[in-house]
Parts: sequence; structure tokens; C-alpha cells
Amino acid sequence: AHDGKTVGRLGEGNQNGKLSEIKKKIQSVLPGGAWNPLYNTSHLPPEHSDVVIVGGGVIGLSVAYWLKRLEKRRGAIRVLVVERDHTYSRASTVLSVGGIRQQFSVPENIQLSLFSIEFLRNINEYLAVVDDPPLDIQFNPAGYLLLASEKGAAVMESNVKVQRQEGAKVCLMSPEQLRNKFPWINTEGVALASYGMEHEGWFDPWCLLQGLRRKVQSMGVLFCHGEVTRFVSSSSHAVTTSGEEVTLKRIHEVHVKRDHSLEYQPVECAIVINAAGAWSGQIAELAGVGKGPPGTLQGTRLPVELRKRYVYFWHCPQGPGLETPFVIDASGAYFRREGLGNNYLGGCSPTEEEEPDPGNLEVDHDFFQNKVWPPLAQRVPAFETLKVRNAWAGYYDYNTFDQNGVVGPHPLVVNMYFATGFSGHGLQQAPAVGRAVAEMVLDGHFQTINLSPFLFNRFYLGVKVQEHNII
Amino acid sequence: MAASGARLHLVTPVWNRSTRGIRGLSRAVGPEGSQKKGRSLLQFLADRFYDVQALREYLLRKQVLTVHQKNRPFTYIQERFGPHVAGVYFILKQGGAVKFQGKEWIRSNARGHFPLDFVTFQAVPVEAVDASGCAINYQGLDSLLALKELQSLWLQRCPHVDDWCLSRLHPLANSLQELSLAGCPRISERGLACLHHLQNLRRLDISDLPAVSNPGLTQILVEEMLPSCEVLGADWAQGLKSGPEEQSRDTASPIPA
Repeated sequence: AHDGKTVGRLGEGNQNGKLSEIKKKIQSVLPGGAWNPLYNTSHLPPEHSDVVIVGGGVIGLSVAYWLKRLEKRRGAIRVLVVERDHTYSRASTVLSVGGIRQQFSVPENIQLSLFSIEFLRNINEYLAVVDDPPLDIQFNPAGYLLLASEKGAAVMESNVKVQRQEGAKVCLMSPEQLRNKFPWINTEGVALASYGMEHEGWFDPWCLLQGLRRKVQSMGVLFCHGEVTRFVSSSSHAVTTSGEEVTLKRIHEVHVKRDHSLEYQPVECAIVINAAGAWSGQIAELAGVGKGPPGTLQGTRLPVELRKRYVYFWHCPQGPGLETPFVIDASGAYFRREGLGNNYLGGCSPTEEEEPDPGNLEVDHDFFQNKVWPPLAQRVPAFETLKVRNAWAGYYDYNTFDQNGVVGPHPLVVNMYFATGFSGHGLQQAPAVGRAVAEMVLDGHFQTINLSPFLFNRFYLGVKVQEHNII
Repeated sequence: MAASGARLHLVTPVWNRSTRGIRGLSRAVGPEGSQKKGRSLLQFLADRFYDVQALREYLLRKQVLTVHQKNRPFTYIQERFGPHVAGVYFILKQGGAVKFQGKEWIRSNARGHFPLDFVTFQAVPVEAVDASGCAINYQGLDSLLALKELQSLWLQRCPHVDDWCLSRLHPLANSLQELSLAGCPRISERGLACLHHLQNLRRLDISDLPAVSNPGLTQILVEEMLPSCEVLGADWAQGLKSGPEEQSRDTASPIPA
């Protein structure tokens, strides 16, 4: 007010404008005015949280569950789960076919899957909430049947050896045994098959998600429906033993923006967990992962991308019966039985050249006609007469480096932990991955399953953990 | 506290009608009619006091642990007498009955005691096991599967036998000829689908399975899956919804010639 008066008589209009502004402000502060500093923020996430989990799918909820379960004192850790899509309409969890198998070639994958099946079997002990009905995940213990041609037979044999060593119940079958057991298979071109007898099958992912959500809410985890738009971090410099300078970053705040509004809440946090699935790459970029000259650790991006995959639902009246396992053909096409009415679900992974545009979730029916149906009809002659009833598309959080998960902290952004990049087998490893990340956060190292081959460092060092079977 | 040695059942209220006593306080089942009054007071308290909530969670865990305790493996007997004898002991301890080849049924009496002379029958194969009503679960099947030459297995009305347990029966495929699953509340058609491993099965009883969604259709599909097996189960017409009304209508109206 003092300045306004001394500026000069020339600016009389300005002076009056400023005075009226000041008058308006004073009026709004007095009771009855428009300014209310203590407005209701209950729709916003809390201002402080120890752990912020970006992504509320099965992996994010599993991490939240294990963090609350493994904490030393009841209520020690405050966890906030931020999920952008509260209907889960584009989440990979609910669009998944829901299979679980141990037939991998990397031993860590087999161990993850074995623990997860034990979790699913005892789900009503792990996720029991008093007064709520028990969960029924509708597990079909039908097993997986992988078929190999002449070229893949040796790889399949060595894989089965590793699987048996880890404790999976898998048996090898010759084409003749296949024909005896499953007469609806055409074994032309099949040299060897591996059949999982126990601990493999498919289940309802939505039920697992709801069970986790319910349990996690009863344990006191906070949920927020919003989008992470910004990370506020601070840097510090350190010198390695070899004399190099590294810039370590620490995230202090996460800005969570509400849907359809400009309101955001800066959540002060100690640890951020990136479980955003197919969108993890974008979250990592926000945190500054990969901002540096290429070829250095600072310049190594998180190589997780969105990839679209189709699932088709068809009816075939003369199709295989109740004993049908989850069949994966040597060509990459797969199918499984769904329900009792001769309905089947299936699909195929496209090659690199045929990758569809992941901008939307529209289904390409020509893909079924040209790429999925011919190999399936060749393998199961009954499928020559089928009728597609439904189809949908979902995203893979595809790890372009080696198609296996990324678990653990980032070496430079010290308080961001990854739990993503599973490229199609995230659902079946979710319980075990959740436990591994919780152990890493709480104890600083993996305790039950050693997932050090899955750390972020491998992208910089170029060490691939390549899996020989993915769908 | 457990009156008259009654077994604790976790699941359906059909098997456990009493809520009296501290054990009825918390169960992981949806509420049913008469139990609502008592439960809602506890729920009210549990929503407001951490102590009550912790107590209820503890009681729930205790129930689960009791079932685990019943299904624990008898490692001492296994080491001393072999897995065969340990399996027989396990069944008898649970309250079931065992029949050795050429001998009579061995069953525990009302007090839970049974004759121990079967420890000398180490080379004699076990023909039949009747575990009806026992609290056997997935863990307990470890002991049962040691009996490799089993021909008949009765698991009627077992409250904890579910689809996962059925997927474990495949090691008995060579010898098992008769299997009865009647009245098990947790078995559904998804578990029945993995019985296709049991190719020597001649008699299968799948009647009265409340968790099977479509009993008639399931029976047809199981019959197709096991062609040389006699499947006793729901009558196929049970699956048809419009039963009596349509039949009476048909008899009333004359069929045009």
C-alpha cells in the first residue's frame, strides 16, 4: 500500500486498481469471504507416506501386502497405493488369460512361480479377513502342455531338467504317448512334449486382485485414485572407489494429480515403488532414469514398453474335452479350455515385425484368421470348425531387453524400486515378487528367493537373463 | 474346551451349527441367519477396538493351525517303520479306516484308540482306505500317497478336500480302481477335470457335490473323459431346470398325428 501511494500521481488508475485488489483480498479473508485456508482435503492422498506404490495392479498390491505383513511392528510403515484407473479397464492383470506354470528355463522364474502357486493354494490363509467370505480363485489344475518340434526338443529336455531340479512336477512325453493321452492332438511335427502334472493351470485374476485389495485395505494401506505427474528429488554427488563422480538422486515428493482436475497433492515419501506395469517406462522417465549420455549408467533407460496382445474366445462343439491342459504349440499359438461348454481361449504372440500399434485396445480379427487359427487348426483338427464369440486386447509390460522382470532398486535413483517388466508372466509371479521387493525394502537384500539376476544393473552391464519360453 | 471331542470344521455352517463357546466367535464364512446377532456385536466391537480385532484374527489363525496340526507328517514313525506304516498310522489317527490285503478293516474306536499290530504288516499292500469325514487336506495327502498299491479310496464328506487335492492323486493312477468323493463341499468340476490321469479307475462317485455348478453336464463330461469307468453321480436330468411343469404340459396336450 505504501509503494502504491509513492509511485506517482501519473498512475492514478493503477493506484486505484491496486487499492481495490487489496480491498478485495481483505474482504475475502474476513469471515464470510471466499478464501478458506482450511479447506477439505479428504479426497486427496495424505501429505506424508513412507512408501508410495505407483500402480495398483496385482504386483503393486502384492508389494503392499508383503510390506505390511513383513513389517516389524504393527503399523510401522505407512503405504500409499496410487492407481490411475479405478475400473482397471486397461490393467494387464484383469485382461490376462490367468495361467500359471513352472515350465521356464531360468531357475529364478521357476522358484517365483512355485512360491506363487503355494500362495494361491493357501490364499484363504494368507488373505483371510475376519467376517468376509473365503476367496474362490477358481483354479483349474489342468497343467500346461508345451509342444516342441525337432529343433526345440534338445532345449526342452534341458529346460525340463532344470525345472525338475527346482521341484516342478513335469514329465516328458513322446508323440505316441501324446496321441494315447490326448487323442484330439495331431502330432505331426511334434518331436517332444512337456506336461506339467501338478501346480500348473489357470485361475481368475480378478478374484486375486479383489482379495488382495480387500486384505490390504484391512491392513491399513491407503488407496488413492490419481496419477503421478512429477517427482521432486534432490541430487548429491559421490565419488566411487575408482575416482569417478556419480550423481545420486533421492526422491522426496511425489505429485499425485486427481483425475479431470488440476488439483494435485505433493506426497512426501521415503521410498517409491514403480509397479506401473506397461507404463513403468514413463514413470521411470519422470524420475530421471535414463537422462544422461547414452552408454553410461545415467543414460540407461528402463526398457519396458507397452505391447498389445490379443486374446480370442471361441466355441467349438467337437473340441477337446474336460482333460484339456493349457496347450502351447511350437509355433507360439496357445489355447485353453474355458468352462464346461466347449469354449476356448487362445491367441498367439506376434513377431517383432507384426507388432500392433499399442495406442488403443482395438482387436484385429484378421490376426486371428491369418496367424492364430492356422497353427491351431493344424494341431487340433477339431478346431477347423470353430466360431469366434469374443475377443479383447491387453497390454504386456514388455521388457525389450530380455523379456524378464526388473526387480530391485535403481543404482542411482536410490529410493526407487522396480517391480515391472514381466512381459506376460507377471500375474503368475506376483505374490513372490511382492515378497522379494518387500524384503529388499525392509532388509536391504533378498532373503527367500535370490533375484539378483533381475536387478536394474543388467541393462547397463549388458547381461541378459534370456528365457526360452514366453507366450 | 472342545466338548465331546468334536472335530473343528472351518468351512460351511452346515457342518458346524454351534456358535457357543469361544471357538464360534470368528470364522471366515459369510454370516447366516441366527448367528447374525452375536456376530454383529463382535463386529461392532472389532471395528472400534484394536484388541478385539486382534483377538478375532488370532482365533481365526488358531482354527487354521488346528487343521494343520491334524495333518502334520509323523516323521518319527516314518523314519522308524517306513512311509507305508506312517501312512496307515496317519489315516487311523485321523479317524479313518484301513484295509490290508487279506485282512479285516482296522478302525479306531470311539475313544480314538486302534490296534497297533499293523506295524508288522510292512510288506502287505493296503487295499482300501476309508477317510470319510476326516479332516485330511492337501498337506495330509503326503502321508496318504505313500500307499502305492491302493485300490479303493473313500473321501466322502471330507471338509478340506478340494480341487488342489484331486490334482495330487495322479501317483495312484496305476492301482486306484475306486474313488468316492460324495458330499465333499469344496470339490468343483475344475478338480474333477484332473482325474483323467487315473486310467485304471472303474468306479467313481461324484454325487452330492455342492460346489459343482452344473452336475448333469459335469457327469457327462467326466464319463467322456474316463470311458472305462462307471460314474455315479447326479442324474443327468437333474441339470434341466424346467422339470415338472413341462412334463405335465406334454402329457396334457395330445401330440398331433
